[in-house]
Amino acid sequence: MSKFQKKQGKASPKVNTASLPDIIFMLLFFFMVVTVLRDSELMVRVTTPTATELTKLERKSLVNTIYIGRPVQKYEGIYGTAPQIQLGDKFSKSREIRAFIEQHRVSVPENQHGSITSSLKIDGDVTMGIVTDAKIELRKAGQLKVNYSAKPK
Amino acid sequence: MAGRRLSNEINAGSMADIAFLLLIFFLVTTTIVEDKGVLVKLPIWSEEPPETKRLKTRNVFSVLVNAQNELLVRGEPVRIDELREKTKEFIVNPQKREDLSERPNMAIISLKNDRGTKYKAYLEVYNELKAAYNELWEDSAQRQFGRSYENLTTTQRRDIRADIPLVISEAEPTSFGEED
Repeated sequence: MSKFQKKQGKASPKVNTASLPDIIFMLLFFFMVVTVLRDSELMVRVTTPTATELTKLERKSLVNTIYIGRPVQKYEGIYGTAPQIQLGDKFSKSREIRAFIEQHRVSVPENQHGSITSSLKIDGDVTMGIVTDAKIELRKAGQLKVNYSAKPK
Repeated sequence: MAGRRLSNEINAGSMADIAFLLLIFFLVTTTIVEDKGVLVKLPIWSEEPPETKRLKTRNVFSVLVNAQNELLVRGEPVRIDELREKTKEFIVNPQKREDLSERPNMAIISLKNDRGTKYKAYLEVYNELKAAYNELWEDSAQRQFGRSYENLTTTQRRDIRADIPLVISEAEPTSFGEED
């Protein structure tokens, strides 16, 4: 008993916080690595459909993204409600896809051109007409590796 | 000299605060996006119409998706959940039926949709067709190498894919349905 009483009498022990910065830094680095800063604001509503046979896109620098969907409420007044293609940060026509692909291609070393993938983020409720137009433009641009973005079931 | 010795210890007390600040910034901006999807290889574009190759009807598995998102497989309406099994049966043809493919490497899937087809329906069909092939490859891998297809070497995979090549040919879509 006396042992416990002795301890109570002492000043409250200090927690050693010297390793706190290290722990925080560890967390920080984790988030820095997993963070993908979204480079463009989404101007179309995209809810990708679900699928089971999914392939993961690995190298971010080898991926270019094309969004197709209906404009968000903010842009409905100007662009209407019909589905639109978004390239980078602006609405585009399907014929502009070729230039967009070319633009991305020059930023990639030549020996990796074959691994460039186009990620098509398309809203599930869009009809195939606009998608077909985009596909034809991609084929014309020689961009044949395409990934239809989808969520796991 | 004495002054220098005094200042050689940096106060690290604020280090945690700085780190916290950065941490919170990254926490807020992080969107852990998993970019996944159905990988597809599009055919090469050519201005000339593709040369017409006569194929035996038994080797062609035609899949049509109309503007009402209904499925027509070889002239018969089919539900989406039957498609995978039907495709597998067509490719392998276990009973050696006269109307299914002669050999897996002669089987061709022909997919046609309408411009009014919903993308969701189209992708679902494509997914089922791809799933059929993935399951066949997996079966073949288990049979030949006793291992999962994912754990095979590149050459082994190529052998399997040479036996059961994935050929999905997409025709020019019709435009009966209404686009939006």
